Amino acid sequence: MIVEIGHFALILALFVSLIQSTVPLWGAARGDIALMAAGRGAAIAAFVLVAVAFAALINAYVTSDFSVLNVAENSNSLKPLLYQFTGVWGNHEGSMVLWVSILTLFGAAVAWFGDNLPPALQARVLAVQGMIGTGFLLFILVTSNPFLRVTPAPLDGQGLNPVLQDPGLAFHPPFLYLGYVGFSVAFAFAVAALIEGRVDAAWARWVRPWTLAAWCVLTIGIASGSWWAYYTLGWGGWWFWDPVENASLMPWLAGTALLHSAIVVEKRDTLKSWTILLAILTFSLSLVGTFLVRSGVLTSVHAFAVDPRRGAFILLLLFVAIGGSLLLYAVRAPALRSGGVFAPISRESALVLNNLLLACAAATVVLGTLYPLFLDAVGGPKVSVGFPFFNRTFVPLMVPALIAVAVGPLLAWKRGDLLGALQRLWVAFAAAIVVVLGALYLTHGGPVLAVLGFGLAAWVGIGALVELGDRLRLFRAPLAESWRRARNLPRSAYGMSLAHLGLGVVVVGLSASAFEEERIVSVHPGDTIALAGYTLDFAGVVKLDGPNYTAQQATLTLKRGDRVIEEMHPEQRFFPLQQQTTGKTAIRTNLLSDLYVALGDSDGKGGWTVRAYWKPFVPWIWIGAVIMAFGGAVSLSDRRWRVGVAARTRRQAALPVAAAE
Amino acid sequence: MRRALYLLPMLLFLALAGYFTLALTSGRDPSVLPSALIDKPAPTFALAGLDGAPGLDRAALAGQVTLVNFFASWCVPCRVEQPLLLRLARDKAVSLYGIAYKDKPEDTEGYLKELGDPYRRIGLDESGEVGIDFGVYGVPETYVIDKSGRIRLRHVGPLTAEDVEQKILPLLQELGRS
Repeated sequence: MIVEIGHFALILALFVSLIQSTVPLWGAARGDIALMAAGRGAAIAAFVLVAVAFAALINAYVTSDFSVLNVAENSNSLKPLLYQFTGVWGNHEGSMVLWVSILTLFGAAVAWFGDNLPPALQARVLAVQGMIGTGFLLFILVTSNPFLRVTPAPLDGQGLNPVLQDPGLAFHPPFLYLGYVGFSVAFAFAVAALIEGRVDAAWARWVRPWTLAAWCVLTIGIASGSWWAYYTLGWGGWWFWDPVENASLMPWLAGTALLHSAIVVEKRDTLKSWTILLAILTFSLSLVGTFLVRSGVLTSVHAFAVDPRRGAFILLLLFVAIGGSLLLYAVRAPALRSGGVFAPISRESALVLNNLLLACAAATVVLGTLYPLFLDAVGGPKVSVGFPFFNRTFVPLMVPALIAVAVGPLLAWKRGDLLGALQRLWVAFAAAIVVVLGALYLTHGGPVLAVLGFGLAAWVGIGALVELGDRLRLFRAPLAESWRRARNLPRSAYGMSLAHLGLGVVVVGLSASAFEEERIVSVHPGDTIALAGYTLDFAGVVKLDGPNYTAQQATLTLKRGDRVIEEMHPEQRFFPLQQQTTGKTAIRTNLLSDLYVALGDSDGKGGWTVRAYWKPFVPWIWIGAVIMAFGGAVSLSDRRWRVGVAARTRRQAALPVAAAE
Repeated sequence: MRRALYLLPMLLFLALAGYFTLALTSGRDPSVLPSALIDKPAPTFALAGLDGAPGLDRAALAGQVTLVNFFASWCVPCRVEQPLLLRLARDKAVSLYGIAYKDKPEDTEGYLKELGDPYRRIGLDESGEVGIDFGVYGVPETYVIDKSGRIRLRHVGPLTAEDVEQKILPLLQELGRS
């Protein structure tokens, strides 16, 4: 019964979305306030209906209702409750319902919090959101319905892929989707602005927080995915340039560019058509990512929905959404008037450079992801594009971007002083030199690129702090003066410094991977592995029973000299239902480096393969990503406040003028 | 001219979308792993057989169209395709040869006793070297070899009834005629 309610709610949501995508648009064209307002009600109703459907699906999973085909195929009564819950989005149908839930949530948020928007703009934004919702609801109902029943109902379900039964992966998809779908708001604003033919600072002030919020969660989503890969896959890799990873990186890069170019629109009223294009491209790349993963065009471990009919449907959606918006762009964008002019050396130019590099990087990733596919489609050989390609293309684009990150914020708007900015950065430059020399000394002239990476990281990180200190006039003005400035500094400034600092921290983690040490050995109980100044005593392997698996668990004692640090227990887990084995690694971290142990296969004679790694600074990759996302959140807490203030001051400013007339 | 520039993003997208359509409708399965040895002579090999039975070498395959199946007792998907292989050997009179990949002879023997033996002859590839020569990715894998000893098809993973009906049997027939 509950399942049928969910099914009907989803169908109803489709019709409500249809209303949402047409009526407000018509109202905005005719200037009819009542019709425009209908969009708000429809957006909220669509959210409520999709939420009901999603709740019904969750209920079916948690109560193990195997008369529902989707539950029978993807769940199992023995599975721990957490994974019965997260299993809802561990499959194609459920994850699409999650996608639409988030989409309608954002639509409802625009309806709810958007009362300070011009009514026509809000109506058009909601209409565009409604169109996206209509497309995806239709997709779910026609090709991927999670509410279909099966008779007779099986006694038990087939279970969730063991790889997905992991806390890290449980929350990776929702964050990714929050990010992907969050960009739909920026997209809707861009399309609405093209329909209206007007882009101004107020528009940018609205788009920025949405983009920022989406960017923050996408950052967390990508980081959690890479962290999951790191501790699961058993050799400590954290990025593979896998097509599905690339699918999340493309919108992230474009979204980062959008974030920065929207600042220019907001503060300087220029770069408008470029920003609009970026907003369209960012969401388009999210859609392309969804298409690549869902259509089976690429094969990858992630692509759990391989069905050509679905692929054809998503392709149609892409045609309409991306093709349509770009057509609109081609027709309308030339008419957008550009505002302020700026000198070649200025904050604007720095942001343009940032945008150019990030856009090129995104294009590189698109190319690297699609090239093998393209070659295969024209009958060429099977190739795999991986580290060698991206090291030669992506990295050289990122190096100038990182150098510029420290300089850009120190340049003034309109006309900057490059020499002055570089002079103020002498501390960062000195820090970079010290770090490079120190790293060369400590590693006895280790890999040059990695050492330079450390220097670059110091430049970026210290540069961010220098910029903050510069604003506070730290050490140049009395402390009381700096304190006063620190309190008055807008949070967005802190947010930027934090995000740039986080970037520096990430670069440390990435560069340090060149210094990792590994031991892959076959050991018997009593054997010892020596690694990077530590020793690991292998005590043996015992068999354990988990809730829905059996495990071979090894015990290794981690020591430094004679001091015992920790007992480590890497496992091999066998899931009988799926006949699949997964590994569970043991990691000891002190936040500066990780000691990473994975259990391999038995040789059948009492010997076990053990892979042990020492990975310096690797936790900094994720710590840095969290700092970046946190910086975004800090900035966001400021934006919301300022949107309100800006509207209020404008209203107040308008009053005396009206009185004077 | 300036307007044309604004059309560029859409044109690029259309090219991309056109190519997506092509990729989607071409019916190619991206998971198919073609062999580098297609239409090339099969590698030479000579393997011992199970106790008392003759072994398998390339000369034994000569002059006929054969199916060479890599299997192992420790491989679960192999068990899945075994009934199909039995039917193929019995009903369709296909010359089916087996290579036990990285498997102990006694395990292989037990496996065939348990599930039935569809193979005309079996070679024991305990070290997996012949597997490497063939480019075996993982068991089970099945190769079609023609009369002149050339590899004509490589199938990765367990065979399904559909694979047999649509791919294997038509190819065997075609090769048998020539």
